[in-house]
Amino acid sequence: MTAIATSGRRSALTRNRLPRYAPWASLAVGLIVGAALSTLVGFSLFGWGLFAAIVYTLVYVSWSGAVEGGRKARDKLATSLVIGAFIIVVLPLFSVIWTVLEGGIKGFLTPGFLNTSMNGVSGIQDNMSVNTGGRVLGGIYHAIIGTLLITLWATVISVPIGLLTSIYLVEYGEGRRLARAITLFVDVMTGIPSIVAGLFAAALFATIFGPGTETGFVASIALTVLMIPVVVRSSEEMLRIVPNELREAAYALGVRKWRTILMVVIPTAISGIASGITLAIARVIGETAPILLTAGFATKINFNVFSDWMASLPTYIYFQILNPASPSNPGPSIQRAWGAALVLIIFVMVLNLVARLVARIFAPKTGR
Amino acid sequence: MAKTLHETPSVTKGRDVTATQTKTPESPKELREMSSGRGAAGDRIFSGAALAAGVLILVALVAVAVFLVVQALPAFVAPQSQIANGQGFWPYIFPLVVGTVIAAAIALLIATPISIGVALFISHYAPRRLAQILGYVIDLLAAIPSVIFGAWGISFLAPALVPGYTWLSNALGWIPIFAGPPSATGKTLLTASIVLAVMVIPIITSVCREIFLQTPKLHEEAALALGATRWEMIRMTVLPFARPGIISAVMLGLGRALGETMAVALVLSSGPLIASLIRSGNQTIAAEIALNFPEASGLSLNTLIAAGLVLFLFTLAVNILARWVISRHKEFSGAN
Amino acid sequence: MSKRIDVKDLNVYYGNFLAVEGVSINIAPRSVTAFIGPSGCGKSTFLRTLNRMHEVIPNARVEGEVLLDGDNLYAPGVDPVAVRSHVGMVFQRPNPFPTMSIRDNVLAGVKLNGGRLSRSEAQEIVESSLLGANLWNEVKDRLDKPGSGLSGGQQQRLCIARAIAVKPDVILMDEPCSALDPISTLAVEDLINELKEQYTVVIVTHNMQQAARVSDKTAFFNIAGTGKPGKLIEYAETATIFNNPKEKATEDYVSGRFG
Repeated sequence: MTAIATSGRRSALTRNRLPRYAPWASLAVGLIVGAALSTLVGFSLFGWGLFAAIVYTLVYVSWSGAVEGGRKARDKLATSLVIGAFIIVVLPLFSVIWTVLEGGIKGFLTPGFLNTSMNGVSGIQDNMSVNTGGRVLGGIYHAIIGTLLITLWATVISVPIGLLTSIYLVEYGEGRRLARAITLFVDVMTGIPSIVAGLFAAALFATIFGPGTETGFVASIALTVLMIPVVVRSSEEMLRIVPNELREAAYALGVRKWRTILMVVIPTAISGIASGITLAIARVIGETAPILLTAGFATKINFNVFSDWMASLPTYIYFQILNPASPSNPGPSIQRAWGAALVLIIFVMVLNLVARLVARIFAPKTGR
Repeated sequence: MAKTLHETPSVTKGRDVTATQTKTPESPKELREMSSGRGAAGDRIFSGAALAAGVLILVALVAVAVFLVVQALPAFVAPQSQIANGQGFWPYIFPLVVGTVIAAAIALLIATPISIGVALFISHYAPRRLAQILGYVIDLLAAIPSVIFGAWGISFLAPALVPGYTWLSNALGWIPIFAGPPSATGKTLLTASIVLAVMVIPIITSVCREIFLQTPKLHEEAALALGATRWEMIRMTVLPFARPGIISAVMLGLGRALGETMAVALVLSSGPLIASLIRSGNQTIAAEIALNFPEASGLSLNTLIAAGLVLFLFTLAVNILARWVISRHKEFSGAN
Repeated sequence: MSKRIDVKDLNVYYGNFLAVEGVSINIAPRSVTAFIGPSGCGKSTFLRTLNRMHEVIPNARVEGEVLLDGDNLYAPGVDPVAVRSHVGMVFQRPNPFPTMSIRDNVLAGVKLNGGRLSRSEAQEIVESSLLGANLWNEVKDRLDKPGSGLSGGQQQRLCIARAIAVKPDVILMDEPCSALDPISTLAVEDLINELKEQYTVVIVTHNMQQAARVSDKTAFFNIAGTGKPGKLIEYAETATIFNNPKEKATEDYVSGRFG
């Protein structure tokens, strides 16, 4: 009986559906009509893509609406928009990476780029290298040193403070008013614009040591303001997910609280804490604005963060683009800027990858 | 057994008379104190250090506020004819605030829908393997320093947008924001806003994706079992569940866009406040500070610090607003 | 309203892994059928193929036929979304939408299919569904409060109300009482007995007493070992399964000797 029913009539469950080739057909229509439309306003690859996407979506969705009904059509529209959003994002972000790679490789591979400074390199040398086709002089050694030292000092200051604060919040502060105040203040600090942090450090040192105090250490203080909340937030999160049973087990063995924290809680959370700190470093290593206001503009190598101006990679990029050594021939400066950008991106990417590896490798071992 | 229990209190008393005499010996705290008498000092030092670090943060933030106010004060109290080439502080800061808000608002207008779309694509549309890779990529992109986005904006995006601006001013020039003549270099507020949008998209996406993935499977299945399409399922379960998270993600992006310096300083060819977004002109607070700080001294330095204070208070207000919005949505939030 | 289900030689795969093998079963309309068996025997997996919910898991697929009054759920051109509005489902843990009020939870499915509802129509559906789920008296004064504020048993009955509001042909229940206390369990079991006057009910349960109490027919699923597919061992009147099973494995299971 059922067999007759299935063959004899159309199933009540089948609704009209688009044929399998529908998306491809719509895409073809989109590409053709899109090409025509973009030719009308002046052909460009971007315009073609844009019109093709719009026409495709219109055709596909209205076709679906006619055959399958409104609900299906809305579902397909949402899918198209979501995928469209993805494509829209991929384009500029890959363009950024491509631009850095394309512009940076040449500067990066120039001999001496990584191990010389900008000391003595001015518009004269740049003009000469443009005119004679010689290699571009000047490098980023001083900026690398500056970035590493400034970031190192910021890390040395913020990690103990941030980590101890998160320990206070999780282990001691439970429900106290002070803890709530700290949490609120850390949240506020997270929202401080980076340039305001730079202004603060500049104002602080100007008040204490007189105006114009610009050294690497001032920049480190500025970065500390930005780094502490990140360290506190991530460490706090990691300490909170340490199961309470572990603490109680240690207490039950008669271990004191501080030793429990040092021997049980922190080792359990260490991978998360370490990766959080690495990500915080990655975040501040690329900060430009605070260093711009605090470390001055150096062209020489300086190993001392406590005196004299210091360069850094981000400010190096900024100055090379905005104030090229030779305004008439900005080419060499631009090339150096992209080279520095490539190095900076490599730093950031390596730090991010290290953070992930740390999180994975040192994660608490499970049973297996 | 009974004997040892009986004896323990006296041991405790003998060793540490001041501490916790009145408590019963069975309490875990007391037992802990008993078994290792030395180290009590360690406990005190350690908790003291933790407390001190916490207090230091409070002090630091207060210091930020105090030093900014102290250094900004001259700009407010000095004769206004000496501030910003005789403009006075408020007339000087007003166009900057407007420029900042416009740039951030346009950036978010572009970034929010796209970010939510991309986050949905990663969490609910893409195949799992691809989604995982994309998650990594977005996190990496969120870490790219802003100066690099700025460099990209000035060298690639601005020139690329010039034909688009020309077209806009021809076709829609009667709308004040698209009034011509368009900038020949493309270094306009709209370009800066687009760079800002590109910068904040990875940030918003990364937060949204995480929240979308936390939507309880149970609720998604409930929606599907009622005969919902994928989009209906997302509208019924994922988006309502994630709403507070989306708001805080957007606010995070807004904070970033408001305070962003480099992208704007590099991309925008600044000038007085104008309505058109495709001509050079306008300026934001952060970029104004960055561009003028190196040469500033005396009262002009105080003015810039005062501008920084305004920016700080502005972002603070945004933060508080975001909190308030989120707390209002608690009852139906699915957190319970 | 109520429809019969005929399953023919159904295999369920997760990727290349065969999870359930060769199930054939005929379920009569207006009856309660219980699926019992040890954990991991594939009874929940099989249940989810009856409204194509298993497709939510990537790479899951089936071979064979599931006929709902003769219409194959897996015929080409059948839309899983349409299938699910004919075959409702109630889950192991109560899952009302936390962001919706009680009223909106009941109407969630109806709004998807029906488009716009007048206020009186909506009120009628809410009332009849909640009455049908034995929940009306408990919640009629707080229809605009969030559904997540109810007790576990009330939440589960709200989910049942939500399922019957779309007037399905079949209601599937995947261990609907396993997260509930005994009193709420009883309330849901009473409800199941009433539901079978209008619907075909299929219930997966771990609790053999529950199967004995609520079902007309019982299917026993078993698995030969880890990595092996689950199979339907025996399917008969509930009384027969519990008192006089044909298979040795069934007897062992229902008498508590394993599983």
